[in-house]
Amino acid sequence: MAKINMVTSLNTALHDIMASDDTVLVMGEDVGINGGVFRVTDGLFEKFGRKRVMDTPIAESAILGAAIGMAIAGLKPVVEMQFSGFSYLMMHQLEGNASRMRTRSRGRFTVPLVVRMPYGGGVRALEHHSESKEVYWAHTAGVKVVIPSSPANAGPLLTAAIQDPDPVVFMEPKRSYRSFKEAVDKEKNAFSIGKAHVVETGKDITIISWGAMMRDTIKAVEAVKSKTGFQPEVIDLLTISPMDVDTIVTSVKKTGRCVVVQEAQQSFGPASEIIAVINDQALMYLEAPVKRVTMADVVMPLFAREQFYMPKVSDIDQAITETVNF
Amino acid sequence: MPLKTIDDFSIKQLHILDENGKVDSDLEPDLSKDDLKKLYLAMTLSRMADARMLNLQRQGRLGTIPVNKGQEAASCAPILALKETDWFVGSYRELGARLMRGETLENSLLLFNGWEEGNVNENNDRTLPISIVLASQLPHAVGLAYASQYKGEKDTVVLAIFGDGATSEGDFHEALNFAAVLNAPVIFLCQNNQYAISTPLKIQTKSRTIAQKALAYGIPGIQVDGNDALSVYQAVKEAVDRARADEGPTLIEAVTFRMLMHTTADDPTRYRSDEEVTAWEAKDPLVRFKAYLMEKGIWDEDLQKQLEEDCKAQIDAAVQAFESREPFAPDVPFDHVFGTKEAVIEAQRTRFLARLGKEKENGQN
Repeated sequence: MAKINMVTSLNTALHDIMASDDTVLVMGEDVGINGGVFRVTDGLFEKFGRKRVMDTPIAESAILGAAIGMAIAGLKPVVEMQFSGFSYLMMHQLEGNASRMRTRSRGRFTVPLVVRMPYGGGVRALEHHSESKEVYWAHTAGVKVVIPSSPANAGPLLTAAIQDPDPVVFMEPKRSYRSFKEAVDKEKNAFSIGKAHVVETGKDITIISWGAMMRDTIKAVEAVKSKTGFQPEVIDLLTISPMDVDTIVTSVKKTGRCVVVQEAQQSFGPASEIIAVINDQALMYLEAPVKRVTMADVVMPLFAREQFYMPKVSDIDQAITETVNF
Repeated sequence: MPLKTIDDFSIKQLHILDENGKVDSDLEPDLSKDDLKKLYLAMTLSRMADARMLNLQRQGRLGTIPVNKGQEAASCAPILALKETDWFVGSYRELGARLMRGETLENSLLLFNGWEEGNVNENNDRTLPISIVLASQLPHAVGLAYASQYKGEKDTVVLAIFGDGATSEGDFHEALNFAAVLNAPVIFLCQNNQYAISTPLKIQTKSRTIAQKALAYGIPGIQVDGNDALSVYQAVKEAVDRARADEGPTLIEAVTFRMLMHTTADDPTRYRSDEEVTAWEAKDPLVRFKAYLMEKGIWDEDLQKQLEEDCKAQIDAAVQAFESREPFAPDVPFDHVFGTKEAVIEAQRTRFLARLGKEKENGQN
């Protein structure tokens, strides 16, 4: 089977679902003839035309607001926010309307749309292009937040997000867009929204991460394994909200130890929620405090300093080692 | 090279019925007697229900309500130009419009007493719930209109209502631009009632009219006497016809006045004079419409008395039904977070219900 990168995985998923479901349409800035600035929507315009692949005015709030109207009327819009740093202009539409329409109307009107946005650091970009703010969306009831980590899960998860009955914020770790290739087996890779993926089973410690940090986490786990012989269990969260509490708790009850790795800044992030969940449901099984590896609570620096702030393989390695030896 | 004028712009203002109910017969719309009566009934019911709700609120029997008095023509008349299959996307001060769309009075009583159940219009599935954040509903209207274009529903248009304050919001400008670019069948109707809570129009905009903002987006704009139901109807009808003919969106500014407070939590004496309010009393939309109907020979004081009795009975019945209703289940919000059953939500529901059960046992609720 041919190996592909994450951009191709996402692009193929869009081509496939648009071919099979004519209620799906793509809209955003430069998604049409240009194929998106990262080329995720490449070729869609040529194949499906302007009506289904819409280049919009540069107006994030109206893009999402119009998508809400389309979704209420029975379409399935897939919106691209060109960079997550531009998405805050549509935040009030997501928080104020998309997330609430089902509740507001007691289920009469629903908003099945997907907001795709590239996010995260490590690509030497300009200001506003490197942050990891998944927690903004995850803290909003009624919104699902999905973050793929690889070509194998990106396409299948995007398809699942488009088919989901709720608004889904689909955050694409752009550092992973083209950095590696994998075979994507649609039959074998049944990824679904709300389900974490146990990447590797083990008994000594649970390592939880998501997005671009998964690659670094796996590298660190390999290093720890070869050094110590410990058998870590590795969980790729994939859905930030609603969180797969079951998979986390089951694993931590088994291993008694846990490290959470997040690219986002430390305070109030998903790692904090994961630790709270463990505290609620698996505290008595713990043999060590749960550690988190995160960025510091600073404004994301420009790329000259970025490397000092993003969690590194060695940070993860150290956290695992300390937790195992506690 | 001398300066050239590359375009000329102008804004028209439409008045059909003057303050005394005298009609300009050249401009008089072709409305049936039944439609005229239907419109007058809705305006009267809206006026009387608004007064009763204000009363209920003052008695502590209803939560905070936005008050509608004075805006009945701008609210009710546009709906007469719509079909049931068109979409209505409103703000929060269009009781009359909602009644015309088949929403019950009990809906308003429920909603403004804190029950989302009041947002469900059982009689029309193309009426969106009220929108509180100013202008945020306008992009939705554009999306609904695009969906009708997309699905080839040639006959479906969208009416969006908002206030003068909303025209300062980014969403207003983004939505007009978006609709114009897509040639979407949307009618943007601004109820310019002169005040956004305490902020008068002159602080909201330096434009002489709100209608002229349409010109910047390349779409038609018109100002109408918003207290004249015929002018409002006519302007909306023409915009609806254009939208149905694939000629794109229109902005209509209906100039009206909010006769009372913004909401029951507001005290308008802090920011405007009695004289200003009194001057607008002479322009009352109901008074002039009644005079028009009487002049046409289709209305008289007996019918008026009957109408007021009917409206009162209808309002009494709605209040009675609302106040004798069993409360809805407290855990309904858990049903509507997501369209899928999620373990995180269900676990929280279980805890919530257990807590309520315990409180009940202890006589706490």
